[in-house]
Amino acid sequence: MTRVLILMAALVSSAFAQSGASAANGKVLFNTKFRCYSCHGFSGQNGPGAKLVPMQMTEAAFMSFVRQPRAPAPGSSPSGQQNRMPAYTAKVLTDAELRDILAYIKILPVGPDAKDIPLLKEAQP
Amino acid sequence: MAKSRRGFLKGAAAGAAALAVKPPKARAQQAAPQRGGNATAPPPTDAQLAADTGAGKVAAPPWVIERPGADFMVEVIKTLNIEFVAANPGTSFGGLHESLINHGGNTMPEFLTACHEESAVAMAHGYAKIEGKPMMALLHGTVGIQHASMAIYNAYADRTPVVMIAGNWGAAVQAHNAQDLALMIRDTIKYDDEPKTLAGFADSIMKAYKIAMTPPMGPVLVVLDEQLQEKAITESNLRVPRLSLTQPPQGDAGSVAEAAKLLVNAQSPLITAQRAARTPEGMRLLVELAELLQAPVNSSERMNFPLKHALAGSGGPGYQPDVTLCLEATPARGGRGAKVINISATNLYQKSNFQDEGRYADVDIDMGADAEATLPALIEACRKLITADRKRAFEDRGAKIGEAHRRARAALIEQAAYGWDASPVSLNRLCAELWPLIKNEDWSLVSWEGFIGSWPTRLWNFDKHYQYIGGQGAGGMGYGAPAAVGAALANRKYGRLSVSIQTDGDLNYAPAVLWTAAHHKVPLLTIMHNNRAYHQELMHVQRQAGLSNRGMDKCHIGTTLIDPAIDYATVAKGYGLYSEGPITDPKDLAAAFKRGIERVKKGEPALIDVVTQPR
Repeated sequence: MTRVLILMAALVSSAFAQSGASAANGKVLFNTKFRCYSCHGFSGQNGPGAKLVPMQMTEAAFMSFVRQPRAPAPGSSPSGQQNRMPAYTAKVLTDAELRDILAYIKILPVGPDAKDIPLLKEAQP
Repeated sequence: MAKSRRGFLKGAAAGAAALAVKPPKARAQQAAPQRGGNATAPPPTDAQLAADTGAGKVAAPPWVIERPGADFMVEVIKTLNIEFVAANPGTSFGGLHESLINHGGNTMPEFLTACHEESAVAMAHGYAKIEGKPMMALLHGTVGIQHASMAIYNAYADRTPVVMIAGNWGAAVQAHNAQDLALMIRDTIKYDDEPKTLAGFADSIMKAYKIAMTPPMGPVLVVLDEQLQEKAITESNLRVPRLSLTQPPQGDAGSVAEAAKLLVNAQSPLITAQRAARTPEGMRLLVELAELLQAPVNSSERMNFPLKHALAGSGGPGYQPDVTLCLEATPARGGRGAKVINISATNLYQKSNFQDEGRYADVDIDMGADAEATLPALIEACRKLITADRKRAFEDRGAKIGEAHRRARAALIEQAAYGWDASPVSLNRLCAELWPLIKNEDWSLVSWEGFIGSWPTRLWNFDKHYQYIGGQGAGGMGYGAPAAVGAALANRKYGRLSVSIQTDGDLNYAPAVLWTAAHHKVPLLTIMHNNRAYHQELMHVQRQAGLSNRGMDKCHIGTTLIDPAIDYATVAKGYGLYSEGPITDPKDLAAAFKRGIERVKKGEPALIDVVTQPR
């Protein structure tokens, strides 16, 4: 299973390398510059933000997700928009950077299913 | 004399009978000198020396006060059955301090050394939420009160009893004294007084305790002049009053009957309980009501309801309540024609920052009453109205809610796998690794779970009143670590295993409470949720930067705890705790937790530092 994941990650990484996207740069952007981890976890799976791993959005959908997240509820104050994805415009995050981030997200490990984790079996209802 | 005093103390501690205390004749009738004052001791005469040595007994010099006022104060305090008094030492209450440890034998209450007044009060806050009664905190003048003020506000907003005594007029630093010492916290305490006599103290501390314990409970303060503590007792026929507690108010019969009618006829009732179950009996009553009505229970702030019960939650997706019963909770804001019943003792005590009561809500039946005290009557009133038809409808509703609950739990378990092998460690993994190690113990989670994804209540089986103590009350950070120590202190005599999942930002307010735990041998397993940030604020600044369209590259400024990362295992070791970490590989968790638990079961605190995902 691990080998399959590594192979898939390598293929995805290779595909993005061909398109010019850099997962290595995406890692820096995800973890340091734009701190996507803040809401999505270093894993891309933990926290109040959307679960990003496994990435199921197309590149276009991902671009839209970042550029134009859901609009605030009518009447809500800016500070009241708890856990709402902030908009990242092209002014602060270029398309190329966004593709790098997407390339990095795609190589993040998916992890096991709950049903395959003995510690979680007992917690099942 | 000494023997008879011990006899007196025994009686005072054991009972609540009124007692008469007479001052010792010889010294009480002397002009009362000050201890530690500038009085010059007269040299003994030859005759005195000869008399003293010749009799084989040396009399105490006349400025010695063997029976200071603080001794009487301790005798009164002992009748309150207070187990612990926490304090950072201060000259203004030095007289009481000395009498507590010597005259009082440092038991009931036992003196706990706190390194910060905020810790002293927050320890009392955590203790009260387990034990259901107050412990005491001593505060030194203006500075002690200001140090404690955040913890006092938390306890106030969390409706938790804390008995505080502050010393006044004794400090060498004049700025520590104040003509109205309670002024700066009066908005966030239920009672304050500065008695001028020992008899006045006896009355005042009784009133303070009684008011602290009357719902809505809260912190109280008695201010003591240093001289009243340190001077010899001169008042005659001092009396220890008998403590009597006020019965929590019940909702009136008419309102209870109306509420029952609404609940029984509701199609989709919801019970919202926050600080409803003051005692284990409150939890049992709420289960009885929920099962009778087959209504879901949305519980927070306290262990009001077993969290794996099929009726736990909000009823599932699409469940739109037509009647909401709010028990010691911020009233629901109705909407869509839904009815709201509110039972809260907070209705009876409007003071302070009104914002902490939430926004105004249109309530249909509003009882100024204690929820737990009202539940028996409400259950009985509902039971009388339930027909066979309604019972069948309830059973159908309960089955649907139970199925929704089961599906919701299954979804939560799916989420518990997220980031399972990740480093930093996911909080779901942390909690999943801990559960098998504590589930067969008599455990108690003595920390808030708001910043840890609520994973304990998602994964563990909470079904006892003492298994969760809720949060800060007013959201003031710095509460977590000392409240955990206080709660663990209360759990100690029951042999419970106390566990705290401690956020790093909170610990850094006053980390020396770890030393207090080590010094007083408080068995507590602290597991660091070390995300190296004030993470809620990091997310907030990020959101603001997004709104301002200015990028995120500077959002770490002022919000993160890096460069250098704090080594909490070393910090804890310095305070005398067994510690391990930082742990970054989730595979290392179980073994480290086991070693920590072994230490705690031996009666000492331990800390395991885990570097975690942000949330």
